[in-house]
Amino acid sequence: MSRKISMKQAINEALDLEMRRDPTVIVMGEDIVGGTGAQGEDDAWGGVLGVTKGLYAKHGDRLMDTPLSESAYIGAAIGAAACGLRPVAELMFLDFMGVCFDQIFNQAAKFRYMFGGKAETPVVIRGMVGAGFRAAAQHSQMLTPLFTHIPGLKVVCPSNAYDAKGLLIQSIRDNDPVIFCEHKNLYGLECEVPAESYAIPFGEANVLRDGDDVTIVSYGLTVHRAMEAAAALAKDGTEAEVIDLRTLSPIDWDTIVESVERTGRLVVVDEAHPRCNLATDIAAFVGQNAFGALKAGIQMVTAPHTPVPFSPSLEDLYVPSADSIASAVRRTLSPKGASPRIAA
Amino acid sequence: MLNERIKPIVMPKWGLSMSEGKVTGWLKRPGSTISIGDELLEVETDKITNVVEAGETGVLRRVLGEPGTVYPVKALIAVLAEPDVPDDDIDAFISTYAVPASEDDGEAEAGPQYHTAETPAGTIRYAKRGEAGPTVLLVHGFGGDLDNWLFTIDALAEKATVYALDLPGHGQSTKRIVDPSLSSLSQAVLGFLDAVGVERAHFVGHSMGGAVSMRTALDAPGRVASLSLIASAGLGERIDHGYIQGFVGATSRRDLKPVLETLFADRGLVSRQMVDDLLKYKRLDGVDEALRALSASLFAEGRQASVLAAGIADAGTPTLVVWGEEDRVIPADHAQALASTAQVAVIPGAGHMVQMEAAGKVNALLKDHIAKAD
Repeated sequence: MSRKISMKQAINEALDLEMRRDPTVIVMGEDIVGGTGAQGEDDAWGGVLGVTKGLYAKHGDRLMDTPLSESAYIGAAIGAAACGLRPVAELMFLDFMGVCFDQIFNQAAKFRYMFGGKAETPVVIRGMVGAGFRAAAQHSQMLTPLFTHIPGLKVVCPSNAYDAKGLLIQSIRDNDPVIFCEHKNLYGLECEVPAESYAIPFGEANVLRDGDDVTIVSYGLTVHRAMEAAAALAKDGTEAEVIDLRTLSPIDWDTIVESVERTGRLVVVDEAHPRCNLATDIAAFVGQNAFGALKAGIQMVTAPHTPVPFSPSLEDLYVPSADSIASAVRRTLSPKGASPRIAA
Repeated sequence: MLNERIKPIVMPKWGLSMSEGKVTGWLKRPGSTISIGDELLEVETDKITNVVEAGETGVLRRVLGEPGTVYPVKALIAVLAEPDVPDDDIDAFISTYAVPASEDDGEAEAGPQYHTAETPAGTIRYAKRGEAGPTVLLVHGFGGDLDNWLFTIDALAEKATVYALDLPGHGQSTKRIVDPSLSSLSQAVLGFLDAVGVERAHFVGHSMGGAVSMRTALDAPGRVASLSLIASAGLGERIDHGYIQGFVGATSRRDLKPVLETLFADRGLVSRQMVDDLLKYKRLDGVDEALRALSASLFAEGRQASVLAAGIADAGTPTLVVWGEEDRVIPADHAQALASTAQVAVIPGAGHMVQMEAAGKVNALLKDHIAKAD
């Protein structure tokens, strides 16, 4: 049966269902149990924002609170995966990836390749991404482009509870390392989610809205800003097609290119910094493979090339807004849209 | 009361989840004389576009639903009345018309829209509409679910108690199918009828559901009051292999959409929501295995394994056969397999999902057949 639950609940449910289905699934991270089960503690945090709350009561020691050493426990998770378990390691804020990046990009991502296909590393590293949470520069980044850059890693970033559950289940069942990026400002967002298990395949974008005038491609939180922009544009008679990538690696090039071949206009929205991100990547791919279809220059809407500000008013300006997306769409529609333009 | 001579035409409710619909265009002009069954307007929902037919007679005195505008279910979109009803009365009726309580309130009053029954085959989801008259059971086809009857269930429920179920492996019923045969599906249907306390019902089956209904009529004739077979399997060997394989194999919207278009004469009826809903179903654990097992057992190599027409012709169960002339999944000439013993109707301009594409005509045939057979 389907009912409305939040993205946070959907992630919890995916972990619960997969732990029930497969005894090799374990969950580890900092404070993911948070004292539950200790003397006098009936319940506890279940992670800094409570995503894993209640799982210890159901699955006991298959959930492990780890020392505050990302390099140690991410390495342990990757080693356990190489030895036959399916660990889901929570990195809390994915910004902390820095101290354990060697384990991820130089070990986990390389095992299958360097051992001639004989080694599998079915590990999921999940954690929070994104700005707007008043968590300052070290806890707010959208580092998805860093992971997407590395062959051997799969990168997932859901925009809603339904996708989060199905993509996390697929991530756990996948035999390669998956970086699962959860936008913290989407945790409370609810939608219809089946109670049963289901898996959403990787590399399949979701077309959220059909339109013939312009294609807007995004992922994560900014998908919702793109939908707001599309609704505003529809009032002026512009019908935007909105594509939610869902997975960044692998990426669904076919859906993007087929859409642009129909609309002739492309706006790419990425909450990451503007250099070498998903927006530049997609713009380059479309420029190379669908140039003949383009009726106007491709527009990119991204965060600025600065750390995420702690000032709330500046942070609100930092994340691409519906207005900035709508403005970018209008630029592609104006006669000058076809001419080169220096990014603001 | 004058009001009784003024007949509101409201935004219909098609299926259990519809809360609003968009008027896409009127097929009758203000001032037209309307008979029951006349096509009045087209309405688009997030699932499908369909024609609203008149349920009453009169002159179309006012058209209120603007093309391109979305209205909630039950909103007043036109007014029918005889010519002698004064304009002032109609204006007064319109100005005082109150849209009945919203969807959520209605659900709270009427109880949940879906129910589940525990049966020997596992949990079965079903919907029940109507309280009186004969009992009718709607059995969907391969890969379908009870929402395939969204234009059927409420129409039949005006004069019947109508159940629609999700077969095992389908919709939100159990995905476990121990034995992928018509007999096991038929046993599951009988187990469902036991669970809801129904001894005997008029079976309406679509496609594979028609073959399941025939199997039931042969194995448990006392429980099948009549058969209505819509684009039914089990009446001949042919079936489009490409459709079955495409449906089972599709994992993306891009793959599934062209497959679903095979189901309709008008391919434009396949909405994004329809594709998304089916993808959500196909992704559920156990569905892929269930569909593969059923298709291998029932439709291997593009041939139907069970042809039950001769048995049904001998059994004497009152039978109606309905087909869409442009059916691309199971050919419409299979309808003739029962031509000597059953009422046969082949409807032009409709495809395999004829109960959706020509709902008004199919509903009229079903009502008539069930009334006669009861």
